[in-house]
Amino acid sequence: MNAATQFSVSQFDAGLVLACPEIFIGLAACAILMLDLLLKDSQRAWTGVLAIVSLVLTALLVAIQPVTTKVVALGGLFELDRMAQVLKVVTLLTVAVVFVYSTDYLRRRDILKGEYYVLGLFATLGAMVLISAGSLITLYLGLELMSLCLYAMVAFDRESGIAAESGIKYFVLGSLASGTLLYGMSIIYGVTGNLELAAIASTVHTGLGDNVGLVFGIAFLIVGVGFKFGAVPFHMWIPDVYEGSPTCVTVFIGTASKLAAFALAMRLLPEALAGSQADWSQMLIVLAVLSMAIGNIVAIAQTNLKRMLAYSTISHVGFVLLGILSGTPQGYQASMFYMISYVIVAGGAFGMILLLARQGFEADKLVDFRGLNARSPWFAGMMAILMFSLAGLPPFIGFWAKLGVIQAVIGVHYTWLAVIAVLFSVVGAYFYLRIVKLMYFDEPTDTITIGGSTLMRTVLSVNALLAFGLGVIPGTVLELCQRALQ
Amino acid sequence: MMFGGHLLSLLIWVPIVGGFVVLGLSERIAAAKWLSLAVSGVSFLLSIPLYTAFRTDTFAMQFVERWPWITTIHAEYYLGVDGISMPLILLTTFTTVLIVVSSWENVQKRVAQYFAAFLILEGLMIGVFAAMDGVLFYVLWEAMLIPMFIIIGVWGGPRRVYATIKFFLYTFIGSLLMLVALIYLYLKSGSYELAVFQQMSLTLTEQTFIFLAFFAAFAVKVPMWPVHTWLPDAHVEAPTGGSVVLAAIMLKMGGYGFVRFSLPIAPDASRELDWLIIALSLIAVLYIGFVALAQRDMKKLIAYSSIAHMGFVTLGMFIGFQVVASTGRTSGIELGIDGAVVQMLSHGLVSGAMFLCVGVMYDRVHSREISAYGGVINTMPKFAAFMVLFALANSGLPGTSGFIGEFMVILAAFKANVWYAFLAATILVLGAAYTLWLVKRVIYGEVANDHVAALKDLNGREFLVLGVLAAAVLLVGVWPAPLLDVMRATTQHLAEQLLVSKIVP
Repeated sequence: MNAATQFSVSQFDAGLVLACPEIFIGLAACAILMLDLLLKDSQRAWTGVLAIVSLVLTALLVAIQPVTTKVVALGGLFELDRMAQVLKVVTLLTVAVVFVYSTDYLRRRDILKGEYYVLGLFATLGAMVLISAGSLITLYLGLELMSLCLYAMVAFDRESGIAAESGIKYFVLGSLASGTLLYGMSIIYGVTGNLELAAIASTVHTGLGDNVGLVFGIAFLIVGVGFKFGAVPFHMWIPDVYEGSPTCVTVFIGTASKLAAFALAMRLLPEALAGSQADWSQMLIVLAVLSMAIGNIVAIAQTNLKRMLAYSTISHVGFVLLGILSGTPQGYQASMFYMISYVIVAGGAFGMILLLARQGFEADKLVDFRGLNARSPWFAGMMAILMFSLAGLPPFIGFWAKLGVIQAVIGVHYTWLAVIAVLFSVVGAYFYLRIVKLMYFDEPTDTITIGGSTLMRTVLSVNALLAFGLGVIPGTVLELCQRALQ
Repeated sequence: MMFGGHLLSLLIWVPIVGGFVVLGLSERIAAAKWLSLAVSGVSFLLSIPLYTAFRTDTFAMQFVERWPWITTIHAEYYLGVDGISMPLILLTTFTTVLIVVSSWENVQKRVAQYFAAFLILEGLMIGVFAAMDGVLFYVLWEAMLIPMFIIIGVWGGPRRVYATIKFFLYTFIGSLLMLVALIYLYLKSGSYELAVFQQMSLTLTEQTFIFLAFFAAFAVKVPMWPVHTWLPDAHVEAPTGGSVVLAAIMLKMGGYGFVRFSLPIAPDASRELDWLIIALSLIAVLYIGFVALAQRDMKKLIAYSSIAHMGFVTLGMFIGFQVVASTGRTSGIELGIDGAVVQMLSHGLVSGAMFLCVGVMYDRVHSREISAYGGVINTMPKFAAFMVLFALANSGLPGTSGFIGEFMVILAAFKANVWYAFLAATILVLGAAYTLWLVKRVIYGEVANDHVAALKDLNGREFLVLGVLAAAVLLVGVWPAPLLDVMRATTQHLAEQLLVSKIVP
C-alpha cells in the first residue's frame, strides 16, 4: 500500500486545512439554502448576493493558500497543486460572474428562485472536489455532484417544456457517460490495483505500457472525458442542452463545467496515465480533428445564437485537446490558457444574450443582434471584441490561446495538425464575423432600449474588456499557466 | 535622439489612442472631424523626423525600441525601420491625412466611427512596417483586418457584405499559414526576432515550406494572380477612403512581406521557386492588363490596374535570381528590388490619387459606370487636368513617379532575359491603353448627359488633396534620388543576404 494512505489523525487535520475552501463553500451553500426559506419573494435577490459573496470569499481562501509543490492529503483522496489553485479561483470567479448575470435575467423573467443559487453552489463544490481530486473516487464524486446539480438546473424552469426535455436528454446521456467513465476507472483499478492517481501513475510507468486492459480502460475514460467536454463524436447533447436550458444555466454549463472537464482530463490523462501517453494521444487526435471540423462547419448553419455558440464550444474543445494530446508541459499550459481564455470570452458572449433578453423575449436568435451598433455602440463594441476573440484574431485573448496550442503541436512535430487547426479556424471566423456583420452592417429591427442593471452592465463590460486587455498584455496569465504546470 | 527614442511608438499609438477618443465623440460630428484631422496631421508631422534624422549609410535598423513583452514565448515589443520600411511609413501617414481631408463631407453615416476606423488602421499599419518581432508583426497584421472589415462593411456599396467577408477570409487564411511558419521558425530558433529568423540556417525542404506559407499570406495581400479576386470586389464596394487605403498601403504590405520575410528568411527556396513568382507576375501584368481593358466600372478598372502594377513589384523582387543565373553578375538583384520598392511607393501615390478622382466624380453623380460620364472636361476643367496627370502617371509616363519603378524593373528584366523584358514592357502599352481609354471616355468628348452638364468643378478641399498628390507624383518622378539614397544601404544588404545560401552543408 502507498504510504499516503496510512494516515494519522494529525495528518487528517492538516488535510482539512488544505480543504478548507471546499468545506467553507459547502457550509455556505447549506446556510444559504436555510436562509432562503426565510426570505420573502421580494427579498430573493439577497440569496444571490450571499451566494456571490461566498464565492468571492472562497476564491480568496483558495488564493491565499501557500502552494509550492503538490500536496496530497486526506489519505490520498485530495491533492492541492498550483493547477488546482488556479483552476479553482477561475471557476469560483466565473460562477460569481455567472450569478451576477443570472440574477438580472431571472428577475426579469420572474423565475428568481433560491434553488438556482444553491444548486449552483453545490455544482461549484463538485467542480472544486473534482479539480483537487487525488484519487479516482473523489474524481468521480466531484464529477457526479456537479453533474447532478447541473441536470436539475437545466430543468429548473418548471413552466418550460423545452427545458424539461433538455434536462432529461442531458441526464440520460450524462449518466451514460458517467457510467462509461466509471467502467473505465474500474478497469484501470483492476489493471493497476490502485485508485490513487499518483500510485496509478507509478504502476503504469514501471511497465504496464503494452497492457491491453489498460488501453481498453483508457478508451472508456476517453469516452467519458469526451462527453463531459463535448468533443465529437460525443457532442450530441451540447447543442440541444445549450439551446433548451435557460440561458443563465447555459452559461454555467458553457464555462464552469468546461473548466471541470479540463481538470478531469488533466487528472486522468497526463497525471495518472502519463506512461500511456502514446495511446491516448492517438485517440485524442481523432477527437480533436473531428471536433474542430464538425464544430466549425455545423456552426455556420445555425440561426440560433445559443446553438451556434454550442458548436463553437465543440470546436474550441478540439483546440484544447490539441494542447493536451501534445503530451508536453508546454501543451498542458497552452490548453489551460486556452480553457481560461475561452471561459472568459464565452461567459461574456452568453452574458450579452442575457443582457438583451427581456420578459418574453430570449434574444437568442442571430437576427436579434441585428443593428446593435445603432442601438448601443458600446455593447456592440463589446460583442465585437468577444466575437473577434472567439475567432482567434489578435489583439484579443483568443489569439494567444490558439497561438499556444499551435505552438504545442508543432513542438511535437504534428505540423499537419497545426495546419488543419488553422484552416478550420478560418471556417470558424466566418460565423463569428456574421455576428459582427449583423451588428454593424444591418439596420436594427428592434428598437427597445437595452435593459440590465448597472451592476450587470459593468461586469459585462469588464468581462469583454478583459478579453481585449489580456489580449494586449497576455503575459501575466500565460505565466500563471506556466507556473501551474511545470 | 528626439522624443526620447520613442518616435515609432508615438507614431503607432498616437493614431490608435486618437482613434479611440474620436470613437468616444460619437454624436459630436464636427469635433470628431477636427480631432481626426489633428491626429492624422500630428502623425504626419511626427513621421517627418523619420526621414530627416534617417542615416543613409547603414542597413541597420534605426529608431529602435525594444522591450520585453511576453516573456513566456520570448515575444518582444521590438520596433525599428530601415530604408524600405521608412518610406512606407511616410506614405501611410501622408495618405491618412489626405483620406481624412477628402472624406470631410462625403460620409454621412456614423461619421465618428468612420474617422476612428481610419486612425486606428493607420496606427496598426505603421506598426506592421515597424515591427521587428514576428509575434508583434503578426498581431498588428491581423488586427489591421478588423478596421478594414468594418470600413468596407459599414460604408461600402450595395454588395459590401459579400465583398468584406471575402476580403477578410481570403487574407485570414493566408495569414494563418504564415503564423504556422512563424511558430515553426520560433521553435527552431527560440526567438521571434526577425533578424534571428534571417540568420538561422534551414534545409531546402524547410525553406520551401516556409516560403510557401509566407507566399500564401503575401500573395493574397499583393494580390497576385490567381488569388486576386477579392481585390476588385473589395475596391468596388469600399468607400473612397477605404479604396485609397487599400490600394495605397495595404497592397504594399504584401510586397513588404516578400522583402522582409520570404526573401531573407528563405533565400534558397526563393531562388528555387523564382520561376513561380516570375510566371505569376507576368500573368498578372499581361492577363490582368487585358481584363482591365474590358471593365465598365471605373473603380474595377483601377483595381485591375493595381493588380497589374503590383505584378511589376513582385517581378522586380524575384527577377534578380534570373539575372545572376544568366549573367553571373549580382547587380541585377539590387536593381530589381530598388525598382520594386519605388514602384510600390509610386503606385501608392498614383492609385490613391486615381481612386480619389473616381470618388470626386462619384460624390457628384453617384455612379462609377464609365458610360455614365463623358466630356467631364467641359464642366470640370481643373479636375480633368488632375485626372489626366494621374492617368499618365498610371501608364508610366517619364517625368512621373510611375516611370521610375517600371523602368528599373524592366531594366533588371532585360538583364535576365530579353523576353521577360518584352513581356513586362507590354504593361506600358496595355497600361497606357486602358488608362488613356478610360480618360478618353470619361473626360474628353462632348458632354454626355445632364448629370455631367450639372457637374461643379473641384472645391478648395478637393483641389488641395489632389494638388498635393500631383506634386508628390511629379516630385518622385523628376527627382527620385532622395528616395533611392534612403533605400540604397538596405537593398544592398538584402542583395548580399540573398546570395548567401542558408543551407548547412
